[in-house]
Amino acid sequence: MTRAPAQSQAENSALPAAEIGGETRIVVANQWQLIWWKFRKHRLAMAAGVFTILLYAVAVFAEFFAPYSAGAYSAAHTFIPPQSIQLLQRTENGWRFYPHVYGFKVQVDPESYKRTYVLDEAITYPVGLFVRGESYKLWGLFATDRHLVGAAQFGDPVYLLGTDRLGRDVLSRTIYGTRVSMSVGLVGVGLSLLLGIILGGISGFYGGMIDNLIQRSIEILRSLPTIPLWMGLSAAIPLTWPPVRVYFAITVLLSLIGWTALAREVRGRFLSLKTEDFVIAARLDGVRELPIILRHMAPSMTSHIIASVTLAIPGMILAETALSFLGIGLRPPVVSWGVLLQEAQNVRSIATAPWLLFPGLAVVSSVLALNFLGDGLRDAADPYQT
Amino acid sequence: MIWYIARRILYLIPTLLVVSVIAFAVIQLPPGDFLASLISKAEETVDQAQVDALRERYGLDEPIYVQYWKWISGIVLRGDFGDSFEWNRPVSDLIWERLGLTMAISLFTLAFVWIVAIPIGIYSAVKKYTIGDYLVTVIGFIGLAAPNFLLALVLMYIAFRYFGQSVGGLFSPEFIEADWSLERVLDLLSHLWLPVVILGTAGTAALIRVMRANLLDELSKLYVDAARARGLSELKLLFKYPVRVALNPLVSAMAWIFPALVSGSAITSIVLNLQTTGPLLYRSLQAQDMYLAGSLILLVSVLTIIGTLVSDILLAWIDPRIQLQ
Repeated sequence: MTRAPAQSQAENSALPAAEIGGETRIVVANQWQLIWWKFRKHRLAMAAGVFTILLYAVAVFAEFFAPYSAGAYSAAHTFIPPQSIQLLQRTENGWRFYPHVYGFKVQVDPESYKRTYVLDEAITYPVGLFVRGESYKLWGLFATDRHLVGAAQFGDPVYLLGTDRLGRDVLSRTIYGTRVSMSVGLVGVGLSLLLGIILGGISGFYGGMIDNLIQRSIEILRSLPTIPLWMGLSAAIPLTWPPVRVYFAITVLLSLIGWTALAREVRGRFLSLKTEDFVIAARLDGVRELPIILRHMAPSMTSHIIASVTLAIPGMILAETALSFLGIGLRPPVVSWGVLLQEAQNVRSIATAPWLLFPGLAVVSSVLALNFLGDGLRDAADPYQT
Repeated sequence: MIWYIARRILYLIPTLLVVSVIAFAVIQLPPGDFLASLISKAEETVDQAQVDALRERYGLDEPIYVQYWKWISGIVLRGDFGDSFEWNRPVSDLIWERLGLTMAISLFTLAFVWIVAIPIGIYSAVKKYTIGDYLVTVIGFIGLAAPNFLLALVLMYIAFRYFGQSVGGLFSPEFIEADWSLERVLDLLSHLWLPVVILGTAGTAALIRVMRANLLDELSKLYVDAARARGLSELKLLFKYPVRVALNPLVSAMAWIFPALVSGSAITSIVLNLQTTGPLLYRSLQAQDMYLAGSLILLVSVLTIIGTLVSDILLAWIDPRIQLQ
């Protein structure tokens, strides 16, 4: 294994000279190109990466992707089952291309008089892409009324993933939930990273007593059962706080316990880099400590840290989902996957409307994608290692 | 070995101190002192003398460190955890059985995780890159990604929808309030499998991956080739050396799986309505019954720490190299 300082990488990692048109040209790939080449070979991680980018795109452009707004409700359309899109319609002279969904009708249970909606193939509503719907302002700036998918005629009841007990569209709310749930992961990991880099860096760079102290604290934090602790701490967030402040309080709580893994990673990197020849050479040349860390050590650590960060995000997402699911994390009107799953808290509501579990599918798939992506990044993080 | 254990127990002291401070902080966090909420909840007017007595007992007029000292010394010296205002009973009456059940579930799950993960991990490593291996990997990843409570909900729905059963709880109705007897234990065991499976999934998935990676590392080593060249049968070869070496990191994995199990059981128990500490903690937090909540957090944390200690000592016993570090 060879590890080279960032500056001299160009010389060290030069590929064999290539003959192009009779002229000799040296092809040089820097560290990030090598990482990219190695990462690209990992098919599953690539697919997961694309999926993750899509998820964040959905989070950023939630207003456009969602057919309805997060709070839109319709008292007449409660617990409507998912209407799946039919691409073709049978007519007298064969099939024709006509994307539509079936309508629904009310069915009253003769014994309990419970009203349920069932799909009715006699009614059809056309659906389309880039349709006009509720008008909105994207990021509060651009006013438009285009939505990616929805009823072709504004006002038709089209609920691709059904509705909840207040007649709110599950698909739209899951899409809006992406914004909060995915960003809780990012913000929480950002805070943990800050703590992890500072404390892990100090621990690994100075060693000795400070190292011992910080390592013991990490061990203490890691031996605690996190969820009961989070429950206790987040229950203390006053009910009167505005949603944004609750959001930040929750992310701070999550990262206060979540920084330990990142700190360990940073410390381990520091310890192994500290004895590398190029760091010792820099120190003997009289470079001060901060430039040593920033210019000589940081470049070889960044890729590893990015990989650990990616692997830390799913934990944050799962923790937020669990707390909000119990009703002691984020609270309505904030829409996150955990808040949405609160609607499906007991067997009775799931039996009435199994589609309320759909946000759970979003949780599982996003966590899976981030895990695969992180695994691929970790494998690619050290391009000089074969 | 004795020195190692002594050092580990010494490390325990600051850990317990931190835990007790956190639990005390949880008690103190809600705004206003808890006597105010007690008075506002009481149906009749509260006797002023009684309020004063409580104020004196918990040292509410005194500085915070005196309150902490009164609280923690009461627990350590007299086993007095304070009163639950919601239940109007001493906290210590409410918690012990639930704590026992929490630990029982966690230990059963730990056993389940080991029994399932080790053979599957071995299979997955030996049959690397076969369909079975990929299948295990995929299931393992899903097990890691699905939150416990979601798994609980889905299984409950399947049981309800396709078997017409309502699963949940730890006892059949007739045993909930009964005294402990052989029938009650058997009834408990017949209800225990669902929470154990739900809780164990994530841990099993993680351990399978650890086991597979460890064993693959070992299998590529030269001593395996040497043993094979000498004509040792494949099965004997596998279990005699590589599996034993690969098991070591699994013991150390216990130190982080155990806290994760206790932690995960809190939410699963709430969904499945089990008589463990999770639902009690949840309810006490909602009712701002802080002495109960704080005591539960304290005890669950302490038990987890002791579990971690036991696993550390076990590891040092199995692998003496650890003691030198």
